[in-house]
Amino acid sequence: MLKIDKLNFSYGDLKVLWDIDLEVHAGEIVTVVGSNGAGKSTTLKNISRLVRPTSGTLTFGGADLTRLESHEVVELGVVQVPEGRKIFPEMTVTENLRMGSFIKSARGDREANIERVFTLFPRLRERHKQLGGTMSGGEQQMLAIARGLMTNPKLLLLDEPSLGLAPLLVKSIFETITEINRQGVTVLLVEQNVYQSLRIAHRAYVLETGRVVLTGTGEELLGNEHVRKAFLGM
Amino acid sequence: MIVFLQSLMSGVLIGGVYALIGIGLTIIFGVMRVINFAHGDILMIGMYLTYFLFSVFGIDPFLSVAICIPVMFAFGALTQKFFINRMLGALPQNQILLTIGLGLIMSNTIMLLFTSDYKILTTSYSSGSVDLAGISVSQPLAISFFITAAITAALYWFLMKTDIGQAIRATAQDREAAQLMGINVRWTSILAFGIGSALAGTAGALISPTYYIFPQVGSAFTLKAFVITVLGGMGSIVGATLGGIIIGVTESMSAVYISSGWKEVVVYVLFLLVLLFKPSGLMGTSRM
Repeated sequence: MLKIDKLNFSYGDLKVLWDIDLEVHAGEIVTVVGSNGAGKSTTLKNISRLVRPTSGTLTFGGADLTRLESHEVVELGVVQVPEGRKIFPEMTVTENLRMGSFIKSARGDREANIERVFTLFPRLRERHKQLGGTMSGGEQQMLAIARGLMTNPKLLLLDEPSLGLAPLLVKSIFETITEINRQGVTVLLVEQNVYQSLRIAHRAYVLETGRVVLTGTGEELLGNEHVRKAFLGM
Repeated sequence: MIVFLQSLMSGVLIGGVYALIGIGLTIIFGVMRVINFAHGDILMIGMYLTYFLFSVFGIDPFLSVAICIPVMFAFGALTQKFFINRMLGALPQNQILLTIGLGLIMSNTIMLLFTSDYKILTTSYSSGSVDLAGISVSQPLAISFFITAAITAALYWFLMKTDIGQAIRATAQDREAAQLMGINVRWTSILAFGIGSALAGTAGALISPTYYIFPQVGSAFTLKAFVITVLGGMGSIVGATLGGIIIGVTESMSAVYISSGWKEVVVYVLFLLVLLFKPSGLMGTSRM
């Protein structure tokens, strides 16, 4: 579905990604784990075309992403829920969701999708008239994921959805991700919460200083000596 | 008391037009994060367009608003598409230089076409007034105020209720998030600059029966637009509306109670006071 081949990227003189190879198959939850600054978010930014790679190929369902603009990537069905949620602060919950269904192919399903995400996150239904900027971090994260789902994504890119959330909320966010995947959405999840991500992922990549150092199924990596030492403190 | 009400009334009426100028600048700033230093010059083109339509075809300046809006929208949209969009992501000072340069080209082109002579557009009602409970209201100002109010209401509805209007607001609130929603931000930038130019051009058309028309008239309005926008809070439409009316009333009051030569001084003192005590402007926290 998504295939990244030898992706290299630099911010100016600083090289951030080195020959990243990554693949996501339809129906999977794939996670990219690693510490702060390993290049996880930068990889997602390259997929969404918010930045331009130095070299390498990125394809989605055969289409060459490097030829497209950000909004065209979204129209293909690759939707990112960005780090820090990036809710539109001066818009209500409903208006934020409506923006999620801005592209033509999603506009027809707008009402049905609003109902669907309200069922997934009942809290958003209660708060539908509230301004995005006045909500708590957890509510904003729900809204960000819901807004992403409004676009009818084939592949949902999630950047650090658990960042800054209370432990109880973290657990429910990961349950929600599993539920979304069960409804047929392929997920590429980028996380610092290594344990929780590996538990729900079919496959995983470990990124260190811009390189893929390990790859395998979620279970394999949970049992891996290096992962246990470096990330799980065991 | 009558004098007070009289000057309050004319301040509010001219303030409505100022608001239109300020809203245009604030929409462009909100979406582009660029201060459009050609804003006054775009207004000046609107004035000349109205003058041209009046002197050649005899079209009434207020009717010419209907022509001015689409023409100035196209003018602004094309300027954005061919010049300013190429500078997206460039250093802010370079973008400012670009808009200043575009403004100079506009005023010099007009000077070439119409010479630098002052023009006056005289209509049958230019100096007419209507009596309203003892207060005399300038007829052209009253008409332009109603047109302004109608345009502002329509614009507000467009930005709040339509998908495209919401996409423009989304771009202003978080450009990157807007891109991730599948919004083509180059396109919303073109729209925003077109709308901003249409508003400035319309303001030019509306004041043409009451102002001198000359190629350099723009710079004074660029400055005024900037004061209005900063006073109201950069990027806030409600703020720009409020800022425009406050500046209009301040000018008119100080002309009556101090001296018309001092009205600019009062405006800038007020401006500095707002900056001193509320640097983000009156409606500073809220964006579009």
